[in-house]
Amino acid sequence: MAQTMKEQRKDAIIAVALELFSQRGFYATTIPDIAAKVGMSVGNFYNYFTSKEVLAKELVVYISEYLGKHIRDINESEADTEEKIYKIVSMYFNMAHERPEMIEYFLRVYLSNREIFLDDCEGMICVSAFVTEMMIFFDDGVSSGDLYDQDFFSAFGLFMGYLGGMVFLFGEKVLPDPLENYKESISKNIYNALKIR
Amino acid sequence: MPLKSDKKLTLLWLQGLTCNGNSHSFLNLSYLADVLLACDILYHPSLPSLQTLETISTCKLECDVLIFEGTFDPLMQRNNVMVGKLLRHYAQKARHIIAVGSCASFGGMFKASAPQRNSGLVFNETAHEGPLLQYQEKVINLSGCPIHPEWLGYTLSMILQEKKILVDSLHRPIELYSYLAHHGCTRNEYFEWKVDSKKFGEKEGCLYYEQGCRAPMTHASCNKILWNDVSSKTRSGTPCFGCTEPDFPRANFFRTKTNMSIPDEVPVGISKRSYLTVAGIAKTFHIKRLEEKLIDYKTAD
Ligand code: SF4
Repeated sequence: MAQTMKEQRKDAIIAVALELFSQRGFYATTIPDIAAKVGMSVGNFYNYFTSKEVLAKELVVYISEYLGKHIRDINESEADTEEKIYKIVSMYFNMAHERPEMIEYFLRVYLSNREIFLDDCEGMICVSAFVTEMMIFFDDGVSSGDLYDQDFFSAFGLFMGYLGGMVFLFGEKVLPDPLENYKESISKNIYNALKIR
Repeated sequence: MPLKSDKKLTLLWLQGLTCNGNSHSFLNLSYLADVLLACDILYHPSLPSLQTLETISTCKLECDVLIFEGTFDPLMQRNNVMVGKLLRHYAQKARHIIAVGSCASFGGMFKASAPQRNSGLVFNETAHEGPLLQYQEKVINLSGCPIHPEWLGYTLSMILQEKKILVDSLHRPIELYSYLAHHGCTRNEYFEWKVDSKKFGEKEGCLYYEQGCRAPMTHASCNKILWNDVSSKTRSGTPCFGCTEPDFPRANFFRTKTNMSIPDEVPVGISKRSYLTVAGIAKTFHIKRLEEKLIDYKTAD
């Protein structure tokens, strides 16, 4: 179904906000900055988001749903657990290339400015779509006999912490090679760390 | 109990491999006397009966309702007559056949000694195989280990009143088995907010994550029609073992199978994705009232 004008404008605000927040940070970015870059009045902006905090939370949900949707496609594919790990790593690194602002926002705003997200966005509330798909991935991996049965967060932290760390090093221009070159070895490491022994 | 006709029902109770648990349970029915007065008991191993096992085993009599308790073992005899022969003889003319307990319904506990040979009357777990397959239209399964007295009380009352008993695909009365054992548990609020009981025998907390409770996956009305009109397993702190389902008994009654802390099975009819989404969000919140001991709760707070 074609997007309505209102939905298109909302998407435009999300795209601009992600870019500005991830470059300048949450506090240094103002609503007039965002409105100006989208090409709308500040008054009109408030028809879409009632405050900067509300927008910040909406962005977390947006990123979580984006990741959740892609991981869900992988979860529902015919791939075995090892291939799924490779696909998740590839998807994440591609996202770091094509939509770097999403990962930047996650690392530099969501994880760094926790005070903004304390109300209404705590725990799983805003990141549910993404974390649920990772739960499904791990559950499938253990029940198919591929992965070692352990605490969820120990495994989740190993997987996502590793990817986040690599993207951070990439963003800091510390990595000698493009991210692409690390997909294979990182997927192998994750599989070896999590597989059943 | 208002009866449809003056003629009494003739009732025959036979047994296969059994612990007598369903007989014992039935004796606890609060209106047992009314049911017995409305029936002629041809034979029951522990109730005053019109006939002896010797006469029954001649296969010359008939009954309206045939009740079978226990697992069917094709090699088993009663009074030197094959149980299969007795069953087929009485099933032929019976208007209703009731399998009482999970053994008679699906094989249950006593199937374990010979899983390939032993079965229920019409089912071996969920496979259609058993000595009364050809009479399956007449068979009502009352699964449970043991049955709740009221489940047989209800079934016999419906038959006495000549009312139709609607059954599910496993031949269990819908009126009794369309509920989950989880429905009506006093721990439901703990289930909703994902507050688990950490110790055996606590009044507080849900038994789903830590103690193997299978009630959300088990069709039974244990928490709707209470046991002894008083309580249920889960209300008193013992997890549901899923005893009304065809796969009973399973191993590790007190353990919830999890994969990386994620329950292997989720409530009937709910996708794992939906369950995990709701459960994850519910877990985010900490509700003081539910995390404290009930005895410490102060209404004035
Ligand atoms: S203890 Fe069992 S029956 Fe009670 S709420 Fe928890 S899962 Fe449901």
